[in-house]
Amino acid sequence: MLLEMDAITKSYGSVAANKGVSFKLRKGEVHALVGENGAGKTTLMRILYGMETPDSGMIKLNGRPVSMNSPMDAIRNGIGMVHQHFMLFSSFTVAENIVIGREPEKGVLFDRKAAAAETVKLSEQYGMPVDPWKKVGECPLGVQQRIEILKVLYQGAEVIILDEPTGVLTPLEVKELLLAIRQLADQGKSFILISHKLNEVLEVADVITVLRDGEVTGTVKASESNEEQLSRMMVGRNLVQQARAGIQIGKPVLELAGIGLKGGKAKALLDNITFSVREGEIVGIAGISGNGQSELLQVISGLCAPDSGSVKLQGKEVAGSPVHAIRSAGMAHIPEDRYQWGVSKDATVAENGLMGHTKRHQRLGILERKDIRAMVGEWVSRFGIKTGSLATKAQHLSGGNLQKLIVARELAQETPFLIAAEPTRGVDVGAMEMIHGELLRRRQEGGAILLVSSELSEVLKLSDRILVMLEGKMVGELSAEAATEEKISLLMAGGKAVV
Amino acid sequence: MDQLFDVSLFASALRMLAPILLAALGGAICARVGLFNVGLEGLMLVGAFAAIAGNYWTGSVAAGVLLAMICSVLFSLLLGYMSIHLKANVIVVGIALNFLALGLTTFALRAIFNVKGAYYDKNMKGLPKWDIPLIKDIPWLGDLLSGHSILIYISILIVIGLQFYLFKTVSGFRLLAAGENPTAARSLGIKVSRIQYGAVLMSGVLCGLAGAQLSLGNVTMFTEGMTDGRGFIALVATMLGQSNPLGVAAASLLFGFMESLSIRLQGFALPTHFTMMVPYVVTLIAMFFFKDKGYLQEARKSNESSR
Repeated sequence: MLLEMDAITKSYGSVAANKGVSFKLRKGEVHALVGENGAGKTTLMRILYGMETPDSGMIKLNGRPVSMNSPMDAIRNGIGMVHQHFMLFSSFTVAENIVIGREPEKGVLFDRKAAAAETVKLSEQYGMPVDPWKKVGECPLGVQQRIEILKVLYQGAEVIILDEPTGVLTPLEVKELLLAIRQLADQGKSFILISHKLNEVLEVADVITVLRDGEVTGTVKASESNEEQLSRMMVGRNLVQQARAGIQIGKPVLELAGIGLKGGKAKALLDNITFSVREGEIVGIAGISGNGQSELLQVISGLCAPDSGSVKLQGKEVAGSPVHAIRSAGMAHIPEDRYQWGVSKDATVAENGLMGHTKRHQRLGILERKDIRAMVGEWVSRFGIKTGSLATKAQHLSGGNLQKLIVARELAQETPFLIAAEPTRGVDVGAMEMIHGELLRRRQEGGAILLVSSELSEVLKLSDRILVMLEGKMVGELSAEAATEEKISLLMAGGKAVV
Repeated sequence: MDQLFDVSLFASALRMLAPILLAALGGAICARVGLFNVGLEGLMLVGAFAAIAGNYWTGSVAAGVLLAMICSVLFSLLLGYMSIHLKANVIVVGIALNFLALGLTTFALRAIFNVKGAYYDKNMKGLPKWDIPLIKDIPWLGDLLSGHSILIYISILIVIGLQFYLFKTVSGFRLLAAGENPTAARSLGIKVSRIQYGAVLMSGVLCGLAGAQLSLGNVTMFTEGMTDGRGFIALVATMLGQSNPLGVAAASLLFGFMESLSIRLQGFALPTHFTMMVPYVVTLIAMFFFKDKGYLQEARKSNESSR
């Protein structure tokens, strides 16, 4: 046994994040750690990586007890971690990022040539091609992920922890990453993979350990498991399969025609975008993030005025109108970045819920606290939002619970048109099921929904029509029946549509 | 036009350059570790006063310069402690230090020299001038390059040294890393706080030298608030030069030239207060042209979290 974590317990205040968790890793094994948000996966790995000290329990490497007091201890013991948010220096070159901390020296000088040579050697040894002299900021996210792994290998890691490694990658990059993990495992490296995505876990892992509420609910072989079993272990109940029922599609609610946006750069951010969203319809926009989806949403929601084209909401021209006017014309918006656009971290749950509903809950400019508490309290119980109280600050809620609050708030606007941008990013399967159900229910009631997601499975599951964006243009439209993951991936990557 | 642009104008531009350049290099090294040092003005003022005081007490120019560096370093330590250790907002601390320095030096001027406004001793020796052998005999170039205070030459050496340190050495590389992404640097075991302290203290040394050049180099006196906004011009030079030592030097040269030009223009019957605006107007114009070029902005943009 290469690594053993024995009966690890860790509490933050009165909340136990890990309760007697035991975890074993063999050499050359890919061991996935799955569970809902707040199940204690990340805490367990932070303990292993020396970023947290456990209250009790023991870590053994090759049967010998070790103590990890800092990441440096972990690195010295051959444990490396690739964080969910990359720890890279974007203005530095690839080679510089890989050797940092253990730079090849020539006297006091930094021998950058030797660093590049080391990088090339490493990348050939492990079959992960990189250009050592390129700036990291100019590399796509998939390559940045590769750089992170090479960095960890350069530090001499035998055990590599990957925290949600596929969250920001395109489908193709995910395939490459999973392949690289398999190859490295065959060369004797061991992996601990933290993930929400059960299909990926089942594809790449040998063994899967499931955590729920800080406890291990089971360790299974990937070859003997399936998604249903894992979700049941994660959530503690059966998930309901949701299907889109057929519904009569009504008149257009949102109509875009010839939208263009320059944005200072030589290349247009949005180029001649035309489409519409009709009543009882979910239109999904797929695309690798950064291809104009954010800008498109900003134009529709009024955060940014387009340079050309028209946006009609309920037949009314709203291009360039203030957000307030567009919202009252019938739009609600679940924003893509919940921390930047969705909530105020320092405000309470009740205050965050009130945003956008102030008009209805005031008399002569004075807020009616009781009404507000009743309204937000109802959402909390209906959506199962885990919060201490309505007066808890938003920053103390987990990402999934915060997202449920935002979804509840925007659905409660009961507008004919809803933007749902990355509605389940970083959200666990239980909350995802709930949010998807609510979106489908809104569609059933005749709402028009524009869904933007970098998660292909989500787009495929919910959408009636799928539009694919690439470099600010719409490069393809597929009906739900015709769409497959392969077809969309191809369009997203700039391939020609095969009809 | 001949009267406006002659050798002595360029020579005076070099004289004006040194304090701005030294302070701007201090600002640059702070900016490189992620601290925006607004306190350059105050650090420089403390240095200028300490240089005169040290010279007055010991009668030695070297001791004056040394005291200037020591006092500025102590002052910068305060900035470091507040902003790195106590995590106070570095801009607020910097502004506070500027006012503290102004009050402190004015008070000390009265307490030590018993004068108001300015202290001047005609017997006090300033920084030695250096006549470069050979070059001083070349007609035009000699007048331009030779015969300046020794700190001017030192400041140019510091530019080269700093450029080399930042971009060629391992230690410089880690300093850049600590500034670009402190979280990542920390996760690699790089001691970010220690590097930040080092940078802040270094900026103290450089501002001390800048102050000494101001009070012992250009003139031999101390007047209340004699830095007169040079610390802020240095801050602009830092930004304009993208915190690259060579770029900072070029920007400082521009501002030094504008300052000497503004003095020269006074000889052309232009109102003093009008010509005094020249460097600042140029600063505004420069900021306008370089508004999108800040490398820190770039770094910040690419480090934004994806959540």
